[in-house]
Amino acid sequence: MHPEHNSGKYIFGFWVYLMTDLIMFAALFAAFAALRISTFGGPTMKEIFDLPQIMIETLILLMSSFTCGLAMLAVFRGKKKLSFLWFGVTFILGLAFLILELSEFRHLINDGQSWTRSAFLSSYFALVGTHGLHIAVGLLWILVGLYQIKTRGLTPFISSKLVRFSLFWHFLDIVWIFIFTFVYLMGVAT
Amino acid sequence: MRELIFGKLTFDALPHEWFTEGGTFFMTLTGLALVIYLTYTKRWKWLWQTWMTSTDPKRVGIMYMVVASAMFFRGALDAAIIWLHQSLSSGSNPGIMNADHFQQIFTAHGDIMVFFVTMGFLFGLLNYIVPLQIGARDLAFPFLNTAGFWLYAAGAMLINLFFVLGGDFAATGWLAQAPLSELQYSPGVGVDYWIWSLQVSGLGTLLGGINFLVTILKMRAPGMTLMRMPMFVWTSLCSMVLVISIFPILTITITLLWLDRYFGMHFFTTGFGGNPMLYTNLIWSWGHPEVYVLVLPAFGIYSEVVATFSQKRLAGYGSLVGGAIGVTAFSVLVWLHHFFTMGANADVNAFFGMMTMIIAIPTGVQVFNWLATMYRGRIRFTTPMKWFLGFVSTFTFGGMAGLLLASPAADFQLHNSLFLVAHFHTMIIGGALFGIFAGITYWFPKVTGIKLNERLGTYAFWCWIVGFFTAFVPLYILGLMGATRRLDHYDTATGWQKLFITSGVGLLIIALGTAIQVIQIVVSIRARNKNRDETGDPWNGRTLEWATSSPPPHYNFAVIPKVEDRDAFWVMKQKGLTKPKRYEDITLPKNTASGIYLSICAFLVGFAFVWHINWLAIAGIIGGIAVVIIRSFDEETEYVIPAAEIKRQEERHAPRT
Repeated sequence: MHPEHNSGKYIFGFWVYLMTDLIMFAALFAAFAALRISTFGGPTMKEIFDLPQIMIETLILLMSSFTCGLAMLAVFRGKKKLSFLWFGVTFILGLAFLILELSEFRHLINDGQSWTRSAFLSSYFALVGTHGLHIAVGLLWILVGLYQIKTRGLTPFISSKLVRFSLFWHFLDIVWIFIFTFVYLMGVAT
Repeated sequence: MRELIFGKLTFDALPHEWFTEGGTFFMTLTGLALVIYLTYTKRWKWLWQTWMTSTDPKRVGIMYMVVASAMFFRGALDAAIIWLHQSLSSGSNPGIMNADHFQQIFTAHGDIMVFFVTMGFLFGLLNYIVPLQIGARDLAFPFLNTAGFWLYAAGAMLINLFFVLGGDFAATGWLAQAPLSELQYSPGVGVDYWIWSLQVSGLGTLLGGINFLVTILKMRAPGMTLMRMPMFVWTSLCSMVLVISIFPILTITITLLWLDRYFGMHFFTTGFGGNPMLYTNLIWSWGHPEVYVLVLPAFGIYSEVVATFSQKRLAGYGSLVGGAIGVTAFSVLVWLHHFFTMGANADVNAFFGMMTMIIAIPTGVQVFNWLATMYRGRIRFTTPMKWFLGFVSTFTFGGMAGLLLASPAADFQLHNSLFLVAHFHTMIIGGALFGIFAGITYWFPKVTGIKLNERLGTYAFWCWIVGFFTAFVPLYILGLMGATRRLDHYDTATGWQKLFITSGVGLLIIALGTAIQVIQIVVSIRARNKNRDETGDPWNGRTLEWATSSPPPHYNFAVIPKVEDRDAFWVMKQKGLTKPKRYEDITLPKNTASGIYLSICAFLVGFAFVWHINWLAIAGIIGGIAVVIIRSFDEETEYVIPAAEIKRQEERHAPRT
């Protein structure tokens, strides 16, 4: 139904959307940068960040980006089963990341260090939580994508959606690298 | 249990003041009259199929204009109440209302005029005109467009909802500055209404921004290079670049405020390490460029108008484009001039002061371009041209006031005074609103096939100009005398009352102008047989929108025009217009109701969060996600009009030149 020249505008439009999302993250980073030392007598970054666990989270997310890439290669070669498999793996890795992140959040909240404790914790939960929310949306998207691959196969219509998903997923990976660096590594270093 | 179902919404919250009860009464009555009319004339199906679910940007554009016009009357009513109160409220006279109510009204006035009037009109014009000017048949993403419109409409409903469902509106000023907008100081639901009406409509604006950017960059007719685009398309492009750069900041800023209020976070609170100045910075780094979002498309309209009615090419097209891009770039570097008094050091203030002065240069360049276009042109003084000339005088006047304010030293005196209020009204009314009026009169024949009555248009123009200066020059003076903005009461010894009353007289003259504009439209439509334009090109136009019939067919152009130069239609006319030899099938987007469903969900989420009705919020979110997922399965979003049908329609409706 879609003429060939149309597919370009969808990808381009999605890029533009990603840039707007990036600006949202930029605003959250700015808020975090302004409030990171406003601990108001509560815990500092050094005290609450558990780097080994964050490292595991990071590796899992990077891995999921890699498997997402493999899934897209399968899509481009028209290998339906293989793409299904790699998207499945991506989903499991994304889910593992989200579970680890939520357990980290739960741990903090149980220790009485929730977002109401200080401005620093508010900005931390808002920034990392927004990324987590994006991951959750991505997971839902994979489920819909898997269902669409299963029922409709790798038609141009479905493939174009998968291309956009992969852009989204890699984008979240990049944002996470910034979070890992500016929130966690620099937080522990200072 | 009750709280679980209704949240904080109780019977006590329902309207119990004269103005909210009046609002409820008025809205119910209007709604009822509309329902009866539609049922009586059996128009429901027509309304749903031809308008509400339409993906045609021309229809969406008209719907934007209708909502914006309705909101204009709400905002103007607020202005009248503000002026009446300020004219009376001196000495022992308490005015017509208490301070809290007064604060709610000026807050609503600002938000409505910026978000729902000016933005609504601009998106209406963009929707209608941009696809026509670039020789396209629809937008890049028709579904996003209708979704964007309906989100805007949902936001407009949320901002008026407190009239019907009670509570109050924010009493914080139009940008809900923290910490005043925090729970501690604004415990009611007013700020929550503010947050959610802006959040929902802002999302619509963001979708619109992405859509128009992609449309302009990807869907131009063959041969229309960037430097052959009409100026309105250029300035719209710049405006949309700003939208996608700044609206995400607005979204995040008000989300953070909401997180503070709803989840007890501490971004902008006075305690727990929160930083209210962070809010001020974030909101103005959206807020200042927003002004340019409003005024840039208006610059485009003036460019079109001045070239058409001087019957000349635009002088210095390249520098106009450069000026628009310059304004776009600098506009994101000046936000701090809104709070020089915050206490940043002298270097910071000096930097932002200088940037503010520098931005006047690309703006000034454009003004000179327009004047140079008129030079030795064969000028026709039609109503759009009068609006343009009115703009040049008011905008220059207000711009000079802006340059005064740009100096931090002067700003310390003038900050938050009525001088500032007068300045930005000069810029937004003289800049954006006059542009919208010029655009409406200029393109009215395109949209309806009927020319507007020139005589009444001229009367309206003079009422606006005279009324504008009568209303706002006193405010400049009052500001210099030390009157602060948002003043609900003042001492008689100040001697300000006369000036406030003069200003109120100005408002009445403006109101007369607005009434004449309404009469102008009614009279012109009633005498449509006399005012009809059969040619599709009533002004001897230069750009592609005049190349098709008025009103344009659903598909805009039977054959996509080939562009060979700037002022594409003018060039075509010079070479002699030819009838197309053959037609091809045309693919257009189908109607969709998904945008309406999505906006209903967003409306419910906003409403639920205002009143802390968590189950409804969750239901709304799930509903919204479901709409998007269901839509993602739909492959048949377009339909084809066969060539034979196009031929039949063209032979009936083609412009008779």
